[in-house]
Amino acid sequence: MSESPESTAKVVEAIWRIESAKVIGALTRHVGDVGLAEDLAHDALVAALEQWSRSGVPVKPGAWLVTVAKRRFIDGLRRTAVFSSKQDAIYRQAESCQQSTATDFEVVEEQIEDDVLRLVFMACHPVISRDARVALTLKLVAGLTVSEIARAFLVGETTVSQRIVRAKRTLAEARVSFELPPPEQLHERLESVLEVIYLVFNEGYAASSGSEWTRPEFCREALRLGRMLAELVPQEPEVHGLVALMEIQASRLRARVSASGDPVLLGDQDRDRWDQILIRRGLAALERSARLCDALGAYGLQAAIAACHARARTLAETDWSRISALYDALAEISPSPVVDLNRAVALSMAFGPEAGLEALEALSSEPALEGYHHLSSVRGDLLERLGRFDEARSEFERAASLANNERERKLLLDRVSALAGPSPMPDPSSTAGANPGIER
Amino acid sequence: MRFMMFMIPNISEEDWMPSSEAVAEMTKYNEELTKAGVLLALDGLHPTSKGARVSGSGGRITVTDGPFSEAKEIVGGYWMIDVSSKEEAIEWAKRCPAVEGPANHGYDGIAPVVEIRQVFEMADFAAEIQSAANKP
Repeated sequence: MSESPESTAKVVEAIWRIESAKVIGALTRHVGDVGLAEDLAHDALVAALEQWSRSGVPVKPGAWLVTVAKRRFIDGLRRTAVFSSKQDAIYRQAESCQQSTATDFEVVEEQIEDDVLRLVFMACHPVISRDARVALTLKLVAGLTVSEIARAFLVGETTVSQRIVRAKRTLAEARVSFELPPPEQLHERLESVLEVIYLVFNEGYAASSGSEWTRPEFCREALRLGRMLAELVPQEPEVHGLVALMEIQASRLRARVSASGDPVLLGDQDRDRWDQILIRRGLAALERSARLCDALGAYGLQAAIAACHARARTLAETDWSRISALYDALAEISPSPVVDLNRAVALSMAFGPEAGLEALEALSSEPALEGYHHLSSVRGDLLERLGRFDEARSEFERAASLANNERERKLLLDRVSALAGPSPMPDPSSTAGANPGIER
Repeated sequence: MRFMMFMIPNISEEDWMPSSEAVAEMTKYNEELTKAGVLLALDGLHPTSKGARVSGSGGRITVTDGPFSEAKEIVGGYWMIDVSSKEEAIEWAKRCPAVEGPANHGYDGIAPVVEIRQVFEMADFAAEIQSAANKP
């Protein structure tokens, strides 16, 4: 069965999406260096493109790639004439891994899963910059190409390549070993992994820049990584908390963009368009998280808040006092001005706009929120609900001038012009919850 | 993008209940889909003897109880997966034990089939169709 080169390329790409983490994980364990492992895997992919178009895709394509890559590694070692004693050891190791046949890639499943987990921890290692962790995770674990990653973050391919090269060099220089973190470091290291996954998710959920409000493909990548991680470390409550949060937020993706591409905020969304499959998955993951711990962690709490929205069939049905209480708990374990801002919104919904404004007062001098457009847009919203339209308008103007996403800026300017009319008497049913803050 | 993978076992009503061996293999496959983070939902379906067909013609509605003995290609179950391309969906279908198993081991009946169908997203529709989907 022979295929056209183009269709083989697509098949190889698809297989790589499924196998990349396992292949690079297995190779890194054998050669000890993630950079070398990736180069070898790349060579194997080139060989696959050529061979598979002639002889068809092998039954176990992942095992095929690992075997070919290992063979290249050994050939490379053989070509170097003189072995130092260290190289000799590597050589012996290489020989022994050649003897273990391709099938061991399938048989020792636990080993493979361990390798994938090691790879995840390595790609998200704190010695490398946050941007590099994201790029490395998408490249090595998710199997994305440099150009896909570059498109994702609206940067040039060279930038991404350099970021990845530097990150691999840093890992090598810091002698980061291909090991699972020791138990005492596990939670801290896991935190970094969760952060990377959520960064990818948020890039899709509310694009920080560019002309599109959402880019669902990144939500999908992040969800895929999160679900994968949840099976690799099933005993960790926060992993399920993050998965729950992402599933529930993603359930609203198709409701939060209008046909013309404009953002539709939570209060205005057509809840019939929320994806019930994802909501169900999210609620299940949240239960799983709750079963594993006495008190939910930061992701679990955010998921619980998202679940309150997901359970409410209409905006009016939302249990705002429970949401306020969850924000209280969140502010306690993970204090941040952004959490306080959300808490203020929840308070305003539970107890009226005055309560919200009062909570905002305490935040107005918060340096971290200076220049944060959501602070102004929330204040604008509360002022509008109190009928203080002139003040509301200037807050929305300020928010619009601070927003980086074009679609979001347009939405804020629309609110400015809605308030600029001769009788700025908005329809209370649509604006009361038009912007329940930044829980979007 | 989402795909439904329909399992068409091509077996008779009497053989519908799977063996424990087949269930074990299928469970392993389902786990593989779960671990890869691509599985959204799945279900297995009872045989057609427990179902019915409803059709309408000239204002008359006809209900026919199962089994549909004449019918071929009866769906036995489905998976819904979220993947990056049709090629990836095909790759997952190829790994289904019903396809990989009997078909590769001298199975001499009608081979089981996994049919892959892409799920519509709103963005696949033209703008006027999209607005028709909006509530009035």
